[in-house]
Amino acid sequence: MANLALRSLTKSYGSTEVLHGISLDVSDGEFVVFVGPSGCGKSTTLRLIAGLEETTSGIIEIGDREVNNLEPKERDIAMVFQNYAIYPHMSVKKNIAFGLRSSKMPKADKEKRIQEVAGILDMTELLDRKPSQLSGGQRQRVAIGRAMVRDPAVFLFDEPLSNLDAQLRTQMRLEIKRLHQRVGSTIIFVTHDQVEAMTMADRIVIMKDGHIQQVGTPSEVYHKPANTFVARFIGAPSMNLLPASMSGEMICLTGGRQVEVTLKELPSGKDVLVGVRPDDLLPDDVNPVISGKVTVLEPLGPETLIYVETASGEIIAEADGRSPPRVGDTVNLGAGPEHLHVFDAKTGEALT
Amino acid sequence: MVAAPDVPRASSDALLNAQPAPKSRNMGQIIRWLVLFFGGILMVMPIAYMISTSLKWPHEVYNVNLIPEEPTIENYTFVLEDGRFYWWFVNSIIIATITTISNLLFDSLVGYTLCKFRFPGRTIVFIAILSTLMIPTEMLVIPWYLMSQSFGWLDSYWGIMFPGMMTAFGTFLMKQFFESVPDDFIEAARIDGLNELQIWWTVAMPLVKPALAALAIFVFLGNWTAFLWPLIVTNSVDMYTIPVGLSGFGDEADVAWELIMTGAAISTIPTLVVFLIFQRFIIRGVVMAGLKG
Repeated sequence: MANLALRSLTKSYGSTEVLHGISLDVSDGEFVVFVGPSGCGKSTTLRLIAGLEETTSGIIEIGDREVNNLEPKERDIAMVFQNYAIYPHMSVKKNIAFGLRSSKMPKADKEKRIQEVAGILDMTELLDRKPSQLSGGQRQRVAIGRAMVRDPAVFLFDEPLSNLDAQLRTQMRLEIKRLHQRVGSTIIFVTHDQVEAMTMADRIVIMKDGHIQQVGTPSEVYHKPANTFVARFIGAPSMNLLPASMSGEMICLTGGRQVEVTLKELPSGKDVLVGVRPDDLLPDDVNPVISGKVTVLEPLGPETLIYVETASGEIIAEADGRSPPRVGDTVNLGAGPEHLHVFDAKTGEALT
Repeated sequence: MVAAPDVPRASSDALLNAQPAPKSRNMGQIIRWLVLFFGGILMVMPIAYMISTSLKWPHEVYNVNLIPEEPTIENYTFVLEDGRFYWWFVNSIIIATITTISNLLFDSLVGYTLCKFRFPGRTIVFIAILSTLMIPTEMLVIPWYLMSQSFGWLDSYWGIMFPGMMTAFGTFLMKQFFESVPDDFIEAARIDGLNELQIWWTVAMPLVKPALAALAIFVFLGNWTAFLWPLIVTNSVDMYTIPVGLSGFGDEADVAWELIMTGAAISTIPTLVVFLIFQRFIIRGVVMAGLKG
């Protein structure tokens, strides 16, 4: 186990810079998830940490040791790949043992370690099988086993669940989380799935276009998004963003309604965006923020998502699952002031 | 009684309309079988004639009958007891085996390097290697001969083998097959602490076994049947390979076809063995390639 630090990390391919000075501190034993859309630089960052790509500038430290010029094998890391990278010509046992090939550990200790890891991953019965005889989830466990067997300072996971079906993904998510709680290793996990990020991470790093947008706990990035990108990216369905303008200390929504929100700083111009999560926007005839006509219903069981056409465009709100409004109904929707987020319309930065 | 709805009637109409289709399918199948049958005959006939001729007496060789009138194994006894054939067989085995091993090693090393490493001039090197495929052997034998002469390799195993120790075709074949080895496998091995040579040998090579098997068959057969270059580079009868040696059966007045065919029939045995051994790997490799990531 070890801490990890990235200092002003940049990466360029030719004249194109894809990472623009990433800085991050990861504590010992922390589970950090990098999340962002395709091409945001999250996998590149992971590959730089692994040593599979050379940094253009900046420093990578693992366990307070600069590793920029070290080979991947010298960095004391282990990586689990998206396609598992387990060798089809080797048995499960040989695949797991592969991580120990370059280790000077005595043979008996290696065997003990393999059995120990197989036990943790519940794979003892499968050790003699070939990968072709395993299910997707079992193959993923073999890949994790090969990483675990080396007892590395840092585990790197590169979208390891994206090839699994929804049910298996949920199961493996839980298993990885349990594994982390059990072994307490430092984990860097890359995914484009914000649900994976929210459910697994101690802290989430949200990236876009080679920049870190926000670093925070799942709760922080959900409830206090740093900008409109994070507000939209985290949460499903994503946050409603309603165009509005400042009028003194009040915010006037398009359509005429005014809301009062305390701002930490003032916007650069007059225009702002008011964000409200669908689960915070509920039918409210007493103190409505916005109203409109219901166009689509999405029953989810305990609640129903309602798509409402308003003067500010289509927004999503939530209604009780038992007695939702009907399509065509006009509904008034309200949200507490603590659930309203205000963003600068020009910069997209949070003002609350 | 329930009136028959339109839909089932439409379905039965469709079935009726579909009736002629199997006929045309049957016709197509018959044509395919006929083509394959005649193709098969065409392929097998030379082999059948080779075996037939090897069982004939000299006076019967020019008869076109497939079944010898008086079958004999005298030719086999003669060829096997002739000490020269034994040496030609050994020479061919040594040359074909060493050349095959050399090709498997060097073609795959170069193919792997060209496929998995990025370095300046990579494409130029690859094109240069490929371009040698376009030069016919007949044009190369003179430079090869001059090289052999200057290195003192004439009439030696080394002289026969050196032009074929590594081939452009093999390099191209292996490069293409290494493309199918996911980079993740190589990167995972790199993280696990293997050096590049170990990765090539332990990770990449087992994954391209079908290609190695195919290459082994091609190279072995190519060298086993090679005629022109071994004929040019060898002088002494003891250094001949089977094709060169067999061509010498007979004299200016007459060619002993029955002996040539006997030698040829015996010489097919190693090629069959090589094919049977490596064919297994090709099939196993195809099965393994079906494994999804």
